[in-house]
Formats: sequence, structure tokens, C-alpha cells
Amino acid sequence: MKNHLKTAAPLTIEGLSVAYQKKPVLRGVSFSIEEGELIGVIGPNGAGKSTLMKAALGLIPRLSGEVLIYGKPYRQQRRLIGYVPQRESVDWDFPTNALDVVMMGRYGHLGLFGRPGAKERRLAMECLAKVGMADFATRQISQLSGGQQQRVFLARALVQDAKLYFMDEPFAGVDAATEKAIITLLQELKRQGKTVIVVHHDLATVEEYFDSVLLLNVELQAYGKTEQVFTQQMLQQTYGGRLAFLERGGNARLAVTKG
Amino acid sequence: METLWRLIQDPNMQWIFLSCTLLGLSSGVIGCFSYLRKQSLMGDTLAHAALPGICIAFMLTGTKSLLFFLLGAGAAGLVATFGIGWITRNSRIKHDAAMGIVLSSFFGFGIVLLTIIQHGEYGNQSGLDKFLFGQAAAMVGSDVLTMSIVSLSLIAVCTLFFKQFKLVSFDPGFARGLGYPVALIEQLLMFLMVVAVVVGIQAVGVVLVAALIITPAVSARYWTDKLGFMVVISGVFGALSGGIGTIISSLGSNLPTGPLTVLAATALFLISILFGPRRGLLAKRMLRLKVARSIDEEQGHKERQLEGGATL
Repeated sequence: MKNHLKTAAPLTIEGLSVAYQKKPVLRGVSFSIEEGELIGVIGPNGAGKSTLMKAALGLIPRLSGEVLIYGKPYRQQRRLIGYVPQRESVDWDFPTNALDVVMMGRYGHLGLFGRPGAKERRLAMECLAKVGMADFATRQISQLSGGQQQRVFLARALVQDAKLYFMDEPFAGVDAATEKAIITLLQELKRQGKTVIVVHHDLATVEEYFDSVLLLNVELQAYGKTEQVFTQQMLQQTYGGRLAFLERGGNARLAVTKG
Repeated sequence: METLWRLIQDPNMQWIFLSCTLLGLSSGVIGCFSYLRKQSLMGDTLAHAALPGICIAFMLTGTKSLLFFLLGAGAAGLVATFGIGWITRNSRIKHDAAMGIVLSSFFGFGIVLLTIIQHGEYGNQSGLDKFLFGQAAAMVGSDVLTMSIVSLSLIAVCTLFFKQFKLVSFDPGFARGLGYPVALIEQLLMFLMVVAVVVGIQAVGVVLVAALIITPAVSARYWTDKLGFMVVISGVFGALSGGIGTIISSLGSNLPTGPLTVLAATALFLISILFGPRRGLLAKRMLRLKVARSIDEEQGHKERQLEGGATL
């Protein structure tokens, strides 16, 4: 069993296609990722980045294709996975506090009627501390800033104690302090040998943050090490003509223009 | 006071009081989850959809048994929810409009059936029209017993599955990621709502029963930021409404229990929206005044400092 875990890739996707109504959102996507990497999923709006993540997690039905987590179907490997959904996916006016939300990450480890207790509380507090939110444990979640809410979601994924993490735009709309807290955390996860897949929008930070990059626009455009795949030519191909390159102080900086 | 004492000792009155209280309690509890899942109006739809179900159940069996009514109303509610789902999936009509269409057409059909029953050859049909606005006083011992069992089991299910209900209400996507059978849990919540609606119909009636599901939950939200407390407070508010409604209606003649129960719930809501700590209108006004004063003081302090500096 141990051996098997070592040999199988954290995530293998074969010929994945997904459609909403009649419109294909993902077509024939196949790739396999390496353990212990930070992987950025990059592509224009509507490229199917979030859909890829949801389909891999079994949250939405797929038309065809196979998803394997450490060599086995997702259903058998749920406990190896941590998930950070988009912050806007929930109503933050829900009657609960930060600690309580983080404890929800342990619900998968509790039995049918099991209730979170002292152990879950302790684990949740540890994870809140890791994201710098220990002082906000009893704060009602609607009174947290966007960045703080994002960090609570992150802590909830951490407390799941997974091996493979899926994060859907954790950097979207957060302040600089939170962005720094998140990236420090991602690197910490990597040091522990965990694998993290991140849907990412800011092209300027891709090279700094990620070991590998997955370029997506309905179809898989490229997947590989950042320095090999994250090139001007590949980005042009992924984004179509909607990409402008700004030269500034010798560094090529990238920006997506509206189109 | 003396009349009140006499009423409390009246066993019939005790039955009605008990069942209305339990009914309020269980609708208050289940209402919290539907309110937080933004499904408050679903209760109203289910209630209106229940009418044809109840009528058909009566036409088929010829008896006014709560169990058959429950089955009929449950089946009708199921058809209604599927109808709403089908309309939203296969047309450009949004969820609220679809609910409106289904609610009114089911209710219309129910009224037609009710009229047919009243003018038809069904014996023992008297009292069926009471389902429109309810008639708590018409309840008999066996009804009260059924209602008590149903209410208590409803509360027991909510207690046992509190964790699941909470996560599915807050973040169904994450729940699904954990491997929770989210669709099944959502259906269970819907089923519990149908049960709460059907047992409530007899006391409060088809038209008003939704109020008992929505109002206590909304009121409870004003008093707490914890779901556990909210569910308890909502249950207590529901129970209080039922109790107060029964007592007031028994004090005078020709005072209907159901509508009074709903009015009692509304009164509790008004108190909550005004005096709720932090969220209430009064608390918000006070907070704003306090902040304004502290800013004024700071400003004044700065100005005095500046003036002091200028004279030196």
C-alpha cells in the first residue's frame, strides 16, 4: 500500500471532458502531476480552470474521462484531498465563527453522529495560527475582511491534513499581507512533501510561485516545468490575441488586455 | 386571571396547547435550515402544494386521517419540487418565478378539488375546508398524539444530523468534497420541511403555515451568531408563538388559533428586529451614535492641540 502510494502520481487525468448544457467547457484534457510540487493552473476567463478542479473532485459530473488520485478513483481517496473553494461560493453571513468553519475540515474524519470536540478544536486552533488568524478564532465570519475569510478557508483545508490540495483562486481579491501569508503557507506545504494545485490569475507572479504550470483553454495547452512552459509563445497560444507584453526595466511583464 | 386558570385545567385545552407548542417548536427548528439555505419560500410552496395532495388523499380513502394526509401532501410536495426543478432546468424561468407558477397552480387545483368534495357525495367531509386557515380547536386526542410523535422525531433527526445539516447549509460544495451525500441530505431537509408543513396545516392552515417556518428562524438570527443557539432560539420562539396563540384564542370566543399564532410569531419578530443585540435596529443606532461621538471627541482633541500649538 505504502509502495503503491509512492509510485502513483497524486493526480492523473485521462481524456477528461465536461459540458454545461451543450457547451463544452473542457475537452479531452489529459495530464499527470508530480508529487511535492506547487502547480499553477493558468488560462483566460471561461477556460475551465475551476471546472477542471471541480470535475477532478467529483463535484460536477463529467462527460467522459478518468480521474485517479494516487492511482485510485477519487471516492476511495477522499481523505487524501484538501479543497479550498472560491471565497464567493458561500454566504459569509452564516451564523458561525472562524474557528467553527475551520473545524468543518475535520467533519470528514468524524463518524456519522460524531461531534467535533476538544481534539478538533485544538487542531483547528493550530491551523488558524498557521495562517495568522489565531486572534480571530471567535470572530463572526461576516466581520472578517476578504483576505481573512480566504485565510479561514485555507485553515479549513489545512486541518483536513491532506496530501493533495486543490485551491480555487486563493489569491483573488486579497490584500498583500494575505497573499504573502498564503504563499508562505504553500511553500510550507511543499516542504512537507504535499502537492498543491492552484487556480491562479496573476501572470506576474507565476514564475515566482509555481514549480509547474498547466496552461488551459478548454483544451490543455501545455503542462510542464514553469521555466519550460511559461513562455511568451505558449501564453499567446493560450490566451489568443488578448495578451500584451509590457517591457519594463528589462523584465518582461505580462498583462491581460480586455478582448 | 380566573378564566385563564380554568382554561389551563381544561384537558382539551391542554391538548391543543401542547400540540401547538410542539408544532411551533419543530417548525422553528427546521425553519432555520431552510432560511439559511435561502429556501424560506419553499415552505410556502410546499404548503400550498399540499392542499391538492390532502384532497386527493381524502377522496381516495374517505377518512380524515393525519397519516394519509401526510402521504398525500408529501407526494404533492415531491411533484411540486420536481416541477420547479424541471421548469428552471428547461426554460429561462428563474427559481422564484417557477415557485410562483407551481405554488399558485397547485393551490388552484386544490381549491377546485375542495369544492368538488364539498358538493360531492363524500360523507364526513365537514372540516376539510378548515385546512385553508386551520382549526386547532378541532384537533382530537389521536391527532395530538401523532403531531407530538412527528414533532419530536423531527427534532431528534435535526439533533442527530446537526453537523451534516450545518455543513450542507453553509458550504455544500465542500461537503460534497468530504464525501457527504449532499443530494440525499438536501432531500432529507426537504422531507422534514414537508413533514413540518403537513403537521402544521391542521393547526395553522395551508395559507399561513409557512409563517411558522420562516418567522421564528428570521427572528432568532437577530439574537445570536451561532447556529446551535439560533436553532434553539428559533424553536423556543416557535413554541412560544404556538402557546401564546392558543391561550389568546381561548380567552375570547371566535378567535382563531392559527392566525393568532402567526401574529404572535410576528410580534416576536418585531421585538427581535428592534431589540436584537448587535443586529437589531436599536443596537445599530446606538453603535452609530457611539462611533460618531468618539470621532467627534478625537477631532475636538486634535483641534484643541492645534489651537494650543498656535498660541505658543
